Amino acid sequence: MATLRDRKKLKLDTNFKQIILWISLVLIVIFFLVPIIWQVLTSVKLNEDISAIPTIYFPTRFTFRHYLELFERRPFLLYIFNSALVSIISTILCLTLGSPAAYALTRLKLPGENVILAGILIVTLFPYVLLFLGLLEIVKAVGLGNNYLALIIPYTAINLPLTILVMRSFFQQLPKDLEDAAKIDGYKIIPMLIEILLPMTLPALVTTGILTFIFAWNEYIFALTFITRDTMKTIPVATAQLGGSTLWDIPYGSIAAATILGTLPLVILVLVFQRRIVQGLTAGAVKG
Amino acid sequence: MNKNSIVSKERLTGWLLLIPALLVLSLVFIYPIARAFWLSLLTENLGNQLQPEFSGLANYSRMLGDGRFWQSMGNTTIFTVISVILELILGLGIALVLNQSFRGRGIVRTITIIPWALPTAVMGLAWAWIFNDQYGVVNDILQRLGLIDLGINWLGSPTLAMTALIIADVWKTTPFISIILLAGLQSIPQDLYEAYAMDGANVWQSFSKITLPLLMPQILIALLFRFAQAFGVFDLIQVMTGGGPAGTTETVSIYIYSTVMRYLDFGYGAALIVVTFLLLITAVAIVSWFLNRLKVS
Repeated sequence: MATLRDRKKLKLDTNFKQIILWISLVLIVIFFLVPIIWQVLTSVKLNEDISAIPTIYFPTRFTFRHYLELFERRPFLLYIFNSALVSIISTILCLTLGSPAAYALTRLKLPGENVILAGILIVTLFPYVLLFLGLLEIVKAVGLGNNYLALIIPYTAINLPLTILVMRSFFQQLPKDLEDAAKIDGYKIIPMLIEILLPMTLPALVTTGILTFIFAWNEYIFALTFITRDTMKTIPVATAQLGGSTLWDIPYGSIAAATILGTLPLVILVLVFQRRIVQGLTAGAVKG
Repeated sequence: MNKNSIVSKERLTGWLLLIPALLVLSLVFIYPIARAFWLSLLTENLGNQLQPEFSGLANYSRMLGDGRFWQSMGNTTIFTVISVILELILGLGIALVLNQSFRGRGIVRTITIIPWALPTAVMGLAWAWIFNDQYGVVNDILQRLGLIDLGINWLGSPTLAMTALIIADVWKTTPFISIILLAGLQSIPQDLYEAYAMDGANVWQSFSKITLPLLMPQILIALLFRFAQAFGVFDLIQVMTGGGPAGTTETVSIYIYSTVMRYLDFGYGAALIVVTFLLLITAVAIVSWFLNRLKVS
């Protein structure tokens, strides 16, 4: 009999655990999704419905005006193009500079490599607000204001530490025999990197590239400071600066539409590459 | 060719591979900080037509008597401490939940990453809309529940504005902590729990005796990253409150930015940068020391 009661208790326990689990799951999903869903709903509401009191949660009338206005009244396509351009180019640059550096720091036993690695780790913790003044001076001195390079170079740099750390953890897992065999075959290091290691590194490069792309797309303070010409602005700055004709006339619908359009590429990246993003982040943060 | 020359040739190639990255890093990270140290010794503002003059430590002594600086330090501390603690607790909870096996786990994990991936500045706008005093959904819910009669001016009153900022920050950055902690949880061998459960340990005991100690390195790493980011928080506050009302949510980073960009006081701005940098480095050094001790033991 005792065993039966135990079993009943156990079943009750697991049921209880299941209920707690599902309640917390529902809460987690609501907490993380609701602000986004709210923006989606706001973006398709008519202006009267947006400013209705009490709040209309699920609109019965829909409009795409707010989306259209972004393209009619603003160069929103240009904003997307600017963001895409600086993010893609800085990602490519970052991988091109970062992977060889990561390889050198993994395999080539350079003197002082520990100091360099420690430096790279510390640098990842610097808030960008500590850097913008010095960079602003350079940008002014070289005449790079309102030039994509004023964003591409800093974006490459802020993503280099992560790239080096993630690629390094990848190279560490690679069997060394392969490189030894290549060397016996007479390969020099650089041709070996390009012809043998590069194809094998592709998955790691994709993982790293997704992360660097996201960070570049989201950067705000440099874009706010170094780019003042409207047609060259990136998504975060352009969205933050969407204003109405007066201080009180804030175009909530357009802001919501801009939020959805400007974050859509990132949401798609997350949906497609969830696993890689997690891998990359943990390799960059934990193994470093 | 002897072995020595092969090694030195490899080294030469190594430096060749490394130096371009190091140059870019130095240009964007080292130079601006070093430059701030130098600029902080100069007076360069509208008072002297932006003609730099050497003034020793004048900027630093000015800082001692600058109430706005101390207020911004206080705000930064409050924001950092509260948001990081909340994020750690929530992040750990979420990681524990996501570590269970259930149907649809992949989807929930994907959803938890989404806030992390979105631009802070843009989502700050979304949160400002949620906390809007007239049409905000928070006020509407509170009114429907009968908790308040009139809409609250969330972003316009000191404590509430800080609360709204912290909630938005928790939303945005808890995912990062959960990702790091989940990876740590997955690396804890399952048989450890089984052996401990055989000895009659309950859930809480196995959590405090196995999970927490083994997760400590990940917790400290997440803490380190989040601390540094929260200490330098800029995008969220600039977009949601701009540091207002009356400077009650102005963090050091917002103060630095207005000192440079609005008041064009470059020398003083540089001094603020130097002090923030030194504080950050000190804090990072302390946490890294703990982390190292943990790794050794």
